[in-house]
Amino acid sequence: MSPVAAEADELWSAVADPTRRRVIAALLDRGEATATMLAGELPVTRQAVDKHLAVLNRAGLVERRRRGREVRHAVRPQRLDTATRSMAQVAAEWDARMAAIRRIAESAARERREEHTTQEAKR
Amino acid sequence: MGPQRIERDILIDAPVEVVWAVVTEPEHISGWFSDSVELDLRPDGRAVLHWDEHGSVQGRVERVEPPHFFSFRWVVHPDSDLAEDNSTLVEFSLRAEGGSTRLTVVESGFQDLAGPDDEKQGHFDSHRRGWELELGDLDDYLRQRTQTPADR
Repeated sequence: MSPVAAEADELWSAVADPTRRRVIAALLDRGEATATMLAGELPVTRQAVDKHLAVLNRAGLVERRRRGREVRHAVRPQRLDTATRSMAQVAAEWDARMAAIRRIAESAARERREEHTTQEAKR
Repeated sequence: MGPQRIERDILIDAPVEVVWAVVTEPEHISGWFSDSVELDLRPDGRAVLHWDEHGSVQGRVERVEPPHFFSFRWVVHPDSDLAEDNSTLVEFSLRAEGGSTRLTVVESGFQDLAGPDDEKQGHFDSHRRGWELELGDLDDYLRQRTQTPADR
Protein backbone atom coordinates (compact mmCIF):
# COMPACT_ATOMS: atom_id res chain seq x y z
CA MET A 1 0.00 0.00 0.00
CA SER A 2 1.37 3.42 -0.88
CA PRO A 3 1.99 5.94 1.93
CA VAL A 4 -0.80 8.12 0.53
CA ALA A 5 -3.22 5.20 0.58
CA ALA A 6 -2.18 4.19 4.08
CA GLU A 7 -2.83 7.75 5.28
CA ALA A 8 -6.25 7.81 3.70
CA ASP A 9 -7.10 4.45 5.21
CA GLU A 10 -5.94 5.60 8.63
CA LEU A 11 -8.17 8.66 8.48
CA TRP A 12 -11.04 6.57 7.25
CA SER A 13 -10.85 3.94 9.97
CA ALA A 14 -10.41 6.66 12.59
CA VAL A 15 -13.81 8.17 11.81
CA ALA A 16 -15.51 4.88 10.95
CA ASP A 17 -15.76 3.85 14.62
CA PRO A 18 -18.98 5.06 16.34
CA THR A 19 -17.36 5.62 19.77
CA ARG A 20 -14.65 7.71 18.19
CA ARG A 21 -17.27 9.78 16.47
CA ARG A 22 -18.89 10.37 19.88
CA VAL A 23 -15.51 11.43 21.24
CA ILE A 24 -15.22 13.90 18.37
CA ALA A 25 -18.77 15.18 18.96
CA ALA A 26 -18.06 15.66 22.69
CA LEU A 27 -14.86 17.54 21.88
CA LEU A 28 -16.66 19.74 19.39
CA ASP A 29 -19.28 20.57 22.05
CA ARG A 30 -16.72 21.52 24.66
CA GLY A 31 -14.03 23.03 22.49
CA GLU A 32 -11.44 21.03 24.41
CA ALA A 33 -11.54 18.42 27.15
CA THR A 34 -9.36 16.12 29.21
CA ALA A 35 -9.65 12.35 28.83
CA THR A 36 -11.23 12.23 32.30
CA MET A 37 -13.95 14.68 31.28
CA LEU A 38 -14.68 12.59 28.19
CA ALA A 39 -14.85 9.36 30.21
CA GLY A 40 -17.39 11.05 32.50
CA GLU A 41 -19.55 11.94 29.54
CA LEU A 42 -19.35 8.78 27.44
CA PRO A 43 -20.33 5.24 28.37
CA VAL A 44 -16.73 3.98 28.11
CA THR A 45 -13.82 3.60 30.48
CA ARG A 46 -11.02 6.10 30.85
CA GLN A 47 -8.64 3.54 29.28
CA ALA A 48 -10.93 3.21 26.26
CA VAL A 49 -11.05 7.00 25.90
CA ASP A 50 -7.24 7.09 25.93
CA LYS A 51 -7.12 4.44 23.22
CA HIS A 52 -9.60 6.26 21.00
CA LEU A 53 -7.82 9.56 21.51
CA ALA A 54 -4.54 7.93 20.49
CA VAL A 55 -6.11 6.70 17.22
CA LEU A 56 -7.67 10.11 16.52
CA ASN A 57 -4.38 11.78 17.31
CA ARG A 58 -2.48 9.49 14.96
CA ALA A 59 -4.95 10.27 12.18
CA GLY A 60 -4.42 13.98 12.81
CA LEU A 61 -8.07 14.56 13.75
CA VAL A 62 -7.40 15.54 17.36
CA GLU A 63 -4.51 17.45 18.89
CA ARG A 64 -3.15 17.59 22.43
CA ARG A 65 -2.83 20.90 24.24
CA ARG A 66 -0.96 21.25 27.49
CA ARG A 67 -2.74 23.44 30.03
CA GLY A 68 -0.54 23.62 33.09
CA ARG A 69 -0.46 20.12 34.45
CA GLU A 70 -3.43 19.01 32.37
CA VAL A 71 -3.49 17.65 28.85
CA ARG A 72 -6.56 18.73 26.92
CA HIS A 73 -7.67 17.39 23.58
CA ALA A 74 -9.26 19.33 20.77
CA VAL A 75 -10.50 18.62 17.25
CA ARG A 76 -8.54 19.91 14.29
CA PRO A 77 -11.46 21.18 12.23
CA GLN A 78 -9.71 21.26 8.88
CA ARG A 79 -8.78 17.63 9.13
CA LEU A 80 -12.28 16.66 10.22
CA ASP A 81 -13.69 18.46 7.24
CA THR A 82 -11.49 16.38 4.96
CA ALA A 83 -12.76 13.18 6.58
CA THR A 84 -16.44 14.04 6.33
CA ARG A 85 -16.05 15.27 2.79
CA SER A 86 -14.88 11.83 1.70
CA MET A 87 -18.24 10.38 2.85
CA ALA A 88 -20.02 13.17 1.00
CA GLN A 89 -18.15 12.08 -2.09
CA VAL A 90 -19.42 8.51 -1.83
CA ALA A 91 -22.93 9.99 -1.68
CA ALA A 92 -22.22 12.20 -4.67
CA GLU A 93 -21.08 9.17 -6.66
CA TRP A 94 -24.37 7.42 -5.94
CA ASP A 95 -26.25 10.54 -7.00
CA ALA A 96 -24.42 10.46 -10.31
CA ARG A 97 -25.12 6.75 -10.80
CA MET A 98 -28.79 7.18 -9.93
CA ALA A 99 -29.13 10.08 -12.32
CA ALA A 100 -27.75 7.78 -15.02
CA ILE A 101 -30.21 5.04 -14.01
CA ARG A 102 -33.03 7.56 -14.33
CA ARG A 103 -31.85 8.67 -17.77
CA ILE A 104 -31.68 5.08 -19.05
CA ALA A 105 -34.98 4.00 -17.47
CA GLU A 106 -36.91 7.04 -18.64
CA SER A 107 -35.68 6.69 -22.20
CA ALA A 108 -36.57 2.96 -22.15
CA ALA A 109 -40.03 3.80 -20.78
CA ARG A 110 -40.50 6.44 -23.48
CA GLU A 111 -39.59 3.95 -26.21
CA ARG A 112 -42.03 1.49 -24.76
CA ARG A 113 -44.83 4.08 -24.74
CA GLU A 114 -44.06 5.11 -28.31
CA GLU A 115 -44.11 1.52 -29.52
CA HIS A 116 -47.42 1.12 -27.77
CA THR A 117 -48.86 4.23 -29.44
CA THR A 118 -47.63 3.09 -32.86
CA GLN A 119 -49.27 -0.29 -32.37
CA GLU A 120 -52.52 1.37 -31.25
CA ALA A 121 -52.44 3.61 -34.31
CA LYS A 122 -52.03 0.63 -36.63
CA ARG A 123 -55.18 -1.01 -35.32
CA MET B 1 -20.18 13.61 12.02
CA GLY B 2 -20.22 11.55 8.86
CA PRO B 3 -22.80 8.80 8.67
CA GLN B 4 -21.95 5.08 8.70
CA ARG B 5 -24.43 4.56 5.93
CA ILE B 6 -25.33 6.51 2.89
CA GLU B 7 -28.89 6.70 1.69
CA ARG B 8 -29.98 8.40 -1.52
CA ASP B 9 -33.22 8.31 -3.45
CA ILE B 10 -34.53 9.51 -6.75
CA LEU B 11 -37.93 9.60 -8.49
CA ILE B 12 -37.88 8.09 -11.96
CA ASP B 13 -40.63 8.59 -14.52
CA ALA B 14 -40.75 4.93 -15.55
CA PRO B 15 -42.60 1.84 -14.29
CA VAL B 16 -40.97 -0.31 -11.60
CA GLU B 17 -40.31 -3.17 -14.06
CA VAL B 18 -38.30 -0.90 -16.35
CA VAL B 19 -36.21 0.48 -13.48
CA TRP B 20 -35.67 -3.07 -12.20
CA ALA B 21 -34.27 -4.07 -15.59
CA VAL B 22 -31.91 -1.09 -15.64
CA VAL B 23 -30.66 -1.85 -12.11
CA THR B 24 -30.16 -5.60 -12.59
CA GLU B 25 -29.41 -6.37 -16.24
CA PRO B 26 -25.72 -6.35 -17.23
CA GLU B 27 -26.29 -4.56 -20.54
CA HIS B 28 -27.93 -1.70 -18.63
CA ILE B 29 -25.57 -1.78 -15.65
CA SER B 30 -22.65 -1.00 -17.95
CA GLY B 31 -24.53 2.21 -18.81
CA TRP B 32 -24.49 3.59 -15.26
CA PHE B 33 -21.86 1.72 -13.30
CA SER B 34 -18.80 -0.24 -14.47
CA ASP B 35 -17.63 -0.59 -18.06
CA SER B 36 -18.75 -4.19 -18.07
CA VAL B 37 -20.24 -6.58 -15.56
CA GLU B 38 -20.80 -10.27 -14.96
CA LEU B 39 -23.76 -10.90 -12.72
CA ASP B 40 -25.36 -14.12 -11.53
CA LEU B 41 -28.62 -12.66 -10.30
CA ARG B 42 -29.51 -14.94 -7.39
CA PRO B 43 -28.53 -15.10 -3.70
CA ASP B 44 -24.79 -15.87 -3.36
CA GLY B 45 -24.43 -15.30 -7.10
CA ARG B 46 -21.09 -13.96 -8.22
CA ALA B 47 -20.72 -10.42 -9.48
CA VAL B 48 -17.67 -8.93 -11.14
CA LEU B 49 -17.61 -5.27 -12.00
CA HIS B 50 -14.94 -4.36 -14.45
CA TRP B 51 -13.50 -0.91 -15.17
CA ASP B 52 -11.08 -0.62 -18.08
CA GLU B 53 -9.07 1.94 -16.14
CA HIS B 54 -9.22 0.55 -12.61
CA GLY B 55 -9.46 -3.21 -12.87
CA SER B 56 -12.06 -5.65 -11.57
CA VAL B 57 -14.02 -5.54 -8.38
CA GLN B 58 -15.52 -8.68 -6.87
CA GLY B 59 -19.04 -8.75 -5.52
CA ARG B 60 -21.67 -11.16 -4.26
CA VAL B 61 -25.43 -10.98 -4.66
CA GLU B 62 -27.25 -11.03 -1.32
CA ARG B 63 -31.00 -10.71 -1.88
CA VAL B 64 -33.07 -10.63 -5.07
CA GLU B 65 -36.80 -9.90 -4.86
CA PRO B 66 -37.99 -8.78 -8.30
CA PRO B 67 -38.99 -6.10 -8.95
CA HIS B 68 -38.66 -4.40 -5.57
CA PHE B 69 -35.40 -5.29 -3.85
CA PHE B 70 -31.85 -6.14 -4.85
CA SER B 71 -28.72 -6.14 -2.70
CA PHE B 72 -25.07 -7.06 -3.13
CA ARG B 73 -21.74 -6.69 -1.37
CA TRP B 74 -18.74 -5.29 -3.19
CA VAL B 75 -15.10 -5.12 -2.33
CA VAL B 76 -13.46 -1.83 -1.53
CA HIS B 77 -10.19 -2.55 -3.35
CA PRO B 78 -9.95 -3.84 -6.91
CA ASP B 79 -8.49 -7.27 -7.51
CA SER B 80 -9.10 -8.58 -3.96
CA ASP B 81 -11.32 -11.50 -2.99
CA LEU B 82 -14.50 -10.66 -1.14
CA ALA B 83 -14.62 -10.86 2.66
CA GLU B 84 -16.88 -9.24 5.25
CA ASP B 85 -14.19 -6.82 6.38
CA ASN B 86 -13.25 -5.55 2.95
CA SER B 87 -16.68 -5.01 1.43
CA THR B 88 -19.75 -2.85 1.87
CA LEU B 89 -23.41 -3.68 1.33
CA VAL B 90 -25.45 -1.92 -1.36
CA GLU B 91 -29.26 -2.20 -1.27
CA PHE B 92 -31.61 -1.03 -3.98
CA SER B 93 -35.32 -0.61 -3.19
CA LEU B 94 -37.90 0.20 -5.85
CA ARG B 95 -41.36 1.44 -4.97
CA ALA B 96 -44.15 2.47 -7.34
CA GLU B 97 -45.42 6.02 -6.95
CA GLY B 98 -48.25 6.38 -9.45
CA GLY B 99 -46.72 5.45 -12.80
CA SER B 100 -43.27 6.45 -11.52
CA THR B 101 -40.71 4.65 -9.38
CA ARG B 102 -38.99 5.78 -6.23
CA LEU B 103 -35.51 4.25 -6.29
CA THR B 104 -33.59 4.23 -3.01
CA VAL B 105 -30.00 3.09 -2.57
CA VAL B 106 -28.36 2.46 0.79
CA GLU B 107 -24.66 1.68 1.11
CA SER B 108 -23.59 0.50 4.57
CA GLY B 109 -20.91 -1.45 6.42
CA PHE B 110 -18.19 1.19 6.24
CA GLN B 111 -17.54 0.84 9.98
CA ASP B 112 -16.74 -2.86 9.59
CA LEU B 113 -13.91 -2.34 7.15
CA ALA B 114 -10.53 -3.48 8.35
CA GLY B 115 -8.21 -0.73 9.44
CA PRO B 116 -4.77 0.28 8.20
CA ASP B 117 -3.13 -2.62 10.05
CA ASP B 118 -4.40 -5.01 7.48
CA GLU B 119 -1.60 -5.21 4.95
CA LYS B 120 -3.43 -7.70 2.78
CA GLN B 121 -5.84 -5.16 1.48
CA GLY B 122 -3.75 -4.36 -1.54
CA HIS B 123 -3.70 -0.96 -3.10
CA PHE B 124 -6.24 1.65 -2.25
CA ASP B 125 -8.21 2.65 -5.30
CA SER B 126 -8.48 6.35 -4.96
CA HIS B 127 -10.82 6.83 -7.86
CA ARG B 128 -13.59 4.30 -7.62
CA ARG B 129 -14.85 4.69 -4.07
CA GLY B 130 -14.01 8.29 -3.56
CA TRP B 131 -12.92 7.93 0.03
CA GLU B 132 -9.68 9.48 -0.80
CA LEU B 133 -8.60 12.73 0.60
CA GLU B 134 -8.32 15.54 -1.81
CA LEU B 135 -4.72 15.19 -2.83
CA GLY B 136 -3.90 18.82 -2.09
CA ASP B 137 -5.22 18.50 1.44
CA LEU B 138 -3.30 15.31 1.90
CA ASP B 139 -0.07 16.93 0.77
CA ASP B 140 -0.60 19.72 3.30
CA TYR B 141 -1.37 17.22 5.98
CA LEU B 142 1.67 15.09 5.30
CA ARG B 143 3.88 18.14 5.22
CA GLN B 144 2.52 19.27 8.58
CA ARG B 145 3.09 15.89 10.09
CA THR B 146 6.61 15.50 8.85
CA GLN B 147 7.68 18.96 10.01
CA THR B 148 9.86 19.00 13.08
CA PRO B 149 8.60 21.22 15.93
CA ALA B 150 11.40 23.68 15.17
CA ASP B 151 9.97 24.31 11.70
CA ARG B 152 6.63 25.51 13.03
